[in-house]
Amino acid sequence: MNWSLIWAIARKDLKEVSQNKAAVAPAVIVPVMFVVVFPLAILLLPQAFSSASGNAFSLQELEGLLQRMPPAVTQALAGLSPLQIWVVFTTGYLFAPMFLILPLMMASIVASDSFVGEKERKTLEGLLYSPTSDAELILGKIVASVLPALALCWASFVVYGIVVNLAGLPVMGRMWFPTAPWWPLMLWVVPSVATLGMASAVIISSRVGTFMESYQLSASGVVLVLALMAGQVTGVLFLSVPVAFLVGLAVWVVDAGLLWVGVRTFSRNRLFSRL
Amino acid sequence: MAVIETSGLSRAFGVVHAVRNLSFALSEGEVFGVLGPNGAGKTTTVRLLNGVLKPDAGRMRVLGLDPATQGKEVRRQTGVLTETPSLYERLSARENLRFAGTLYGLGRADLEARVNAQLDFFELGPRADDKVGGFSKGMKQRLALARALLHNPKVLFLDEPTAGLDPEAAHQVTQLIEQLSHETGRTVFLCTHNLDEAQRLCDRVAVLRQGGVLAQGSLAELGRTLWRGLWVEIDTQIELGTSLRRDLSRQPGVQRVEGEATRLLVQLSREADIPDLVSWMASQGARLMRVVPRRHTLEEIYFELQEQPEGRPV
Repeated sequence: MNWSLIWAIARKDLKEVSQNKAAVAPAVIVPVMFVVVFPLAILLLPQAFSSASGNAFSLQELEGLLQRMPPAVTQALAGLSPLQIWVVFTTGYLFAPMFLILPLMMASIVASDSFVGEKERKTLEGLLYSPTSDAELILGKIVASVLPALALCWASFVVYGIVVNLAGLPVMGRMWFPTAPWWPLMLWVVPSVATLGMASAVIISSRVGTFMESYQLSASGVVLVLALMAGQVTGVLFLSVPVAFLVGLAVWVVDAGLLWVGVRTFSRNRLFSRL
Repeated sequence: MAVIETSGLSRAFGVVHAVRNLSFALSEGEVFGVLGPNGAGKTTTVRLLNGVLKPDAGRMRVLGLDPATQGKEVRRQTGVLTETPSLYERLSARENLRFAGTLYGLGRADLEARVNAQLDFFELGPRADDKVGGFSKGMKQRLALARALLHNPKVLFLDEPTAGLDPEAAHQVTQLIEQLSHETGRTVFLCTHNLDEAQRLCDRVAVLRQGGVLAQGSLAELGRTLWRGLWVEIDTQIELGTSLRRDLSRQPGVQRVEGEATRLLVQLSREADIPDLVSWMASQGARLMRVVPRRHTLEEIYFELQEQPEGRPV
């Protein structure tokens, strides 16, 4: 395995995708919304309304929800003021699954542009005539898809941490973020979800003809994220270290299956049989 | 040793036989043309020979290697110009060449020198850092050719190199290929349906139809195979008399006499019969103005072959 070739393919793919507006726009807008706009709105608006109206912030609407939470969460929120509970509950727990949208989206975008985009732009044939093995080609494309997804997600996590801590400081009086479950979420679940987006795009790429088709289909894995959010809101599956570990494990198992199928579909002989 | 050799090579896609029982051999420095209509199996043959497609049956060797099992090693020593240029339009010409050079394992210093040399040779230097998306078709084809030659391959595969180009760009590309093949002694495998281009560039050709070879050889060989003997055009100053024409048709080696007035077409058994014929006609008082052995054009050969009944290779 020649890693300089793999890296060259990845670099070329990243350079190409960075010039695709349809790919770059969501990669910029979505993180800004998730890690800056939404948390600022959620943290600052209640503080502003509360001080403007002179009334103390109340959690009436959230009480039913809080009662359904697992004891560990209720314990973590015990002793906090209503405004502090609001800050910790929304930005520390409810927002967590939203972070999985970023690696899923980014990996789907780059993998779609890399695999289907090459077919669509008729550049794949030239690449397949190069003296690289099938494994080096697919690994280059996997690196190009997963690395930026992880980089974007981890950079967003850092920015989110700064925003949440600073905007919540007047209420919390200390830097409280991140809480323990965020670490397995970032280091275990996020890579598995990025791989899921990429592997789905690899498989889909062999069956569709355009970047947009591939991106839309592979990004439909967002259903998984919505399921996690629904799990949180209903209290069925609340973010904790063991839950993050189990969710990650389940996604990695799915990834392994998808990658096995994807790598098998990506052979020169198969691709040229369809070109 | 043959640079490229195939024997009984076959590949089907479902019920379609893209390549059927293909056998040929190319020697070093030869320009070999593969002619045929769309779907004749030209591109599939290039893919098989570069090890990006596996054959169903038959044997093939490129530079002594088996492309089916040693594809990577084969591709390291071949350059391919695909039918569409396969260039990254969002990257510059220089970036396209650098990427290709990296894939071919060129070192950093060597890569830069070769990229610059190719850009200069193909007259792309002034646009080297512009995105390829803004290039004309002719420029893209020149860049694709530069990429195919960047690693100095021993064998060059050209798949329809002038397809879709305007006459000026096509002429320029053909000139470049002529220069690259005959001046550098590189073996060239040229797939085309441009018969003028093939006639100009190729030492030998193979004519394909529906995946099978109808005929192969040099133009002279194919002409002799298709039209038994040799036709000679004879112009005389004065029309030959009927008896002289009758005697002419009875001369040794003469198979047929056609034409009228002062222009005759004489079919001979072989080229060596020409001097005897000329001597005899002169001795009979025929005032000879011009005697020219007729060479068949590739176009004549090609269409004659395509009209042959199916399943009857020449």
